[in-house]
Amino acid sequence: MSKVKVERKKVITSETTWKETTPGGIIIDPGNAEDFLTGDWRSMRPVWNQEKCKQCLLCFPVCPDSSIIVDEDGKMLGIDYDHCKGCGVCAEVCPFKSIDYVEEE
Amino acid sequence: MAIRDRLSGNEAVAVAMRQINPDVVAAFPITPSTEVPQYFSSFVADGKVDTEFVPVESEHSAMSACIGAQAAGARTVTATSANGLALMWEMLYIAASLRLPVMLAVVNRALSGPINIHNDHSDSMGARDSGWIQIYGETNQEAYDNLIQAIRIGEHPDVMLPVMSCYDGFITSHAVENIDLIEDDKVKEFVGEYKPQYHLNDRFNPVSMGALDLQNHYFEHKRQQAEAMRNAKKVILEVAEEFYKLTGRKYGLFEEYKMEDAEIAVVVINSTAGTAKYVVDRLREKGVKAGLVKIRVYRPFPVEEIVAALSKCKAVAVMDKADSFNAAGGPLFTDVTSALYGRADGIKVINYIYGLGGRDVKTDDIEAIYNTLLDIVKTGEVKSVYNYIGVRE
Repeated sequence: MSKVKVERKKVITSETTWKETTPGGIIIDPGNAEDFLTGDWRSMRPVWNQEKCKQCLLCFPVCPDSSIIVDEDGKMLGIDYDHCKGCGVCAEVCPFKSIDYVEEE
Repeated sequence: MAIRDRLSGNEAVAVAMRQINPDVVAAFPITPSTEVPQYFSSFVADGKVDTEFVPVESEHSAMSACIGAQAAGARTVTATSANGLALMWEMLYIAASLRLPVMLAVVNRALSGPINIHNDHSDSMGARDSGWIQIYGETNQEAYDNLIQAIRIGEHPDVMLPVMSCYDGFITSHAVENIDLIEDDKVKEFVGEYKPQYHLNDRFNPVSMGALDLQNHYFEHKRQQAEAMRNAKKVILEVAEEFYKLTGRKYGLFEEYKMEDAEIAVVVINSTAGTAKYVVDRLREKGVKAGLVKIRVYRPFPVEEIVAALSKCKAVAVMDKADSFNAAGGPLFTDVTSALYGRADGIKVINYIYGLGGRDVKTDDIEAIYNTLLDIVKTGEVKSVYNYIGVRE
């Protein structure tokens, strides 16, 4: 979505051979958790209702996967479903019940 | 000019460590290796080194601290024996798989139980497949020389593996011998600076180490580690060549003693080689074509070179100062025989377990082994492959 893709020194995939990979599995690209899409782990899904949202941003600091998308002006824009694992903390913490927590289909 | 001195093996290794001047030493005392960190800590207290000395509360912590320090880009050295090495076990594999060239002086001692403080090789032999390079030294001189070379071997970019420099407890560690020391500045120049490609203190290139490594990647990292061990053989010889130019002392993967025309030979590790050389000399005086192979580099195991060295022999005895309890033979024996298999078949190879728990091995014992080999050559018959010598039957 709004996230900027960082240039990687080495892209390691399930095709990477032993000659190409980093020594001892050292991770040389910091913050590369972003490259790994954990959205498909989700069994429950948070659904944001923009009309109920008061932009208090209490959901933002509690999200363990940095999946609350916020723009440069500090406004909540939605949920990053590529990385959200569906823990439901955002729905729990929302004082305005603007996030529904429903089963994945 | 070399400095002539007389030192015990442990003193010599502590002096080598002072000259290497590592960034970190984390150690816990255990007989017979205790003196190594003890002497070294006096160098620290006297301001003769710049080392951060970490007196930890166990060997597991010692190796853990070494791993952490090495990961942070520090050159790290420690020492241990027997159960201390056993307590490091889990961390040995971590050091090797993270490709951190930690240096470890292993002063060989029998692994309990029953509890025993004297020399055999059951401690380091148990760690032979932990991914560490293992180098063995017969004398104080070799223990000193090996540690200095080990730094260069482990840190080489084609290797990046931890190294154990092993020598016999008490026999080598506590006996005082004449020794040629290298000047401090020459050792400093020889070992150079430790410049790891990746380390945790590099704020411009931040890295993570020790991440979860599942089905998709673990195998590739293990394959890579295996390749590093293969590369080590070449590097060990290159470093030995450079060391020869510096000191005039020649080192290889193993030492061949009177092997040129040998028909019978003994393969052995560490101090017993000295006793065996004396026996070889006596047999040679009687016209017996006896030889000796003393293993220096046990991991990586020098397969092709061992085959070349033994290929002209008719009968060979491999002496193991550790039993494998596999009902098949000691660790060195199984390595030597599997090296020969398909490469030099037809050589009769037998095994002797000897000297467990520090039991003395005498010239008569070794002579009896050579006599058994002579019998095998004469009759063409091997009565027993897996044997014990020096135990009360």
